[in-house]
Amino acid sequence: MTLKESPGASPVTGRSDRRAGTSPRRRSGRPGAGTLATFIAPGLMLFLLFVIVPVLFAAYVAFFRWNGLGGVPTDFVGLENFRNLLQDEVFLGDLWRLGLIVVLSLAVQLPLSFGLAMLLHQRFPGRTAFRLLFFVPYVLTEAVTAVLFRLVLSPNRGFADSLLATVGIDTHIGWLSDRNIVMFVIFGILTWKFFGFHMILFLAGRQNIPDELYEAAAIDGATGAQAFRSITLPLMGPTVRMIVFLSIIGSVQLFDLVYVLTGGGPFHASETLAITMYEQGFQRNQIGYASALSIAMFLISLVFALLYQRFVLNRDLQGSLTNAGGNR
Amino acid sequence: MKVNTPRARLLRHTGIYVAAFLTTAFVATPILFALLGGFKDNQQLRENALGLPNPWNVQNYTDVLESGAFWQQVFSSIFIALITTFIVVACSAMIAFVFARFAFRGREGLFTLFAAGMMFPFAVAVLPLFIILRSFELLNSPLGVILPQAAFGLPLTIIILRTFFRSIPGEVEEAATIDGAGPWLFFTRILLPMSRPVLATTSVLALVGSWNSFLLPLVVLQKSTWWTLPLGVTQFSGQYASDTAKVLAFVMLAMLPALVFYAFAERHLISGLTSGGTKG
Repeated sequence: MTLKESPGASPVTGRSDRRAGTSPRRRSGRPGAGTLATFIAPGLMLFLLFVIVPVLFAAYVAFFRWNGLGGVPTDFVGLENFRNLLQDEVFLGDLWRLGLIVVLSLAVQLPLSFGLAMLLHQRFPGRTAFRLLFFVPYVLTEAVTAVLFRLVLSPNRGFADSLLATVGIDTHIGWLSDRNIVMFVIFGILTWKFFGFHMILFLAGRQNIPDELYEAAAIDGATGAQAFRSITLPLMGPTVRMIVFLSIIGSVQLFDLVYVLTGGGPFHASETLAITMYEQGFQRNQIGYASALSIAMFLISLVFALLYQRFVLNRDLQGSLTNAGGNR
Repeated sequence: MKVNTPRARLLRHTGIYVAAFLTTAFVATPILFALLGGFKDNQQLRENALGLPNPWNVQNYTDVLESGAFWQQVFSSIFIALITTFIVVACSAMIAFVFARFAFRGREGLFTLFAAGMMFPFAVAVLPLFIILRSFELLNSPLGVILPQAAFGLPLTIIILRTFFRSIPGEVEEAATIDGAGPWLFFTRILLPMSRPVLATTSVLALVGSWNSFLLPLVVLQKSTWWTLPLGVTQFSGQYASDTAKVLAFVMLAMLPALVFYAFAERHLISGLTSGGTKG
């Protein structure tokens, strides 16, 4: 390994440290390859063993029929698992439900969080308290939240039913057992859990817009609505794009909350990709098939991330993936 | 833009407060239901679902607090979270230090490898992880949860720490070198102490991630000996399905540590989670 001083300017932050510009020179105390290796080795071993190897192993097993017993898989079946996947109504249903959650999030949840962030950006007494409070659901563990909502929504005059009865709505809804509404109930709970997080991110983005822009607009005679349309919306663009990305990637991986809430039921009506994978892999020991599903999940995230980076997060935003969303 | 006559401000504030209080009701109702429900008995829950408990009944809470299982799960959750955090922050700091301050052949490739780790949803790896952990005989062991969690925490932590380490001026390192400090001494005595805020942020991220983790413990910890709180709550709610009041007390007590932590470390938590979020 050849060693030289690290170049000074950081392409990620755009901040340059003060060595930038001075010609690289060698230091007397520079470490040898052995020293560097001892710094890197523990983390690298951990990473290879528990991240890279499992992912590669999943990709390999996806081409076999395997029940997980007896050392290594031997029954090579080529693309059969993937072909079966495309004819599996549960898997196709998972994709449809993923689409539903994404559409609802973009159409309802994110605009709601955005609106609240705009409200809480105003100065008024008590705003810090509201801000703290709205973030609380995000702090709670998903599995615990799910148990809580199972009780809130319990059938036979549970809490939600009693609450609605006081305003005269007589519900005998099986909140979590009616296959026609269960996804919307889950979406409501997801909104409860995550709107505060998105709100805080929007708020951070909004706070990064300098007040001078609004002052200048006011001097030019712009109304509040005009300022919102011409300053707030465009300058919130990077934050919005980032939150949309996070929200969609999060939806692909949805597991804890739904699994504890409904187990994917009734009759797969609320199942997600990760739940199907879990059922196939851990309940039915279809390790090969479940691995193919994992790989499909990975490819969905990857293709989405690449397309999103390419077409939505344009070049002018490069680096913002590793920079707080509001940095410009 | 903003009209600031008292009348307009009053109108604007009224609108804001209506929206804020509606949202508050939306957020707080389920939590209050758990808190108050825990003080009721099951008959009260049926007949008086909405009102205050009457009489207040502490039995449910004391039952949970006196059960060994609850404290065992609190201990497991804390133990696993602390060790995970230590491993992920220590390993990431060493790697980020090398990535940030030294140039060597293969550095960018190695960094890309770690960064690519952020692209792997955890669920993709959980099945093969299970098989690997089984062959290492790490099932039912806290290490079986700790090591994979730490490994999946590395990419984000390395990226955040590398960015920070790069921003520390080279002169600091040169001065240390002139004084005869080698890389280890510089790393442990100068760089790490200077990085306390960012270390706190990344620690909070790792801590919270581990505390909330569910799928991995669910798969790895089949015996109840090392169950963490999320596993304990779901299991308890199944076991006492007919005793809603007691489950509510358990749920409330399981949420309490996170709420207390949030109350005290709110600033770190929010900055950590939002930076983690935008970096994820």
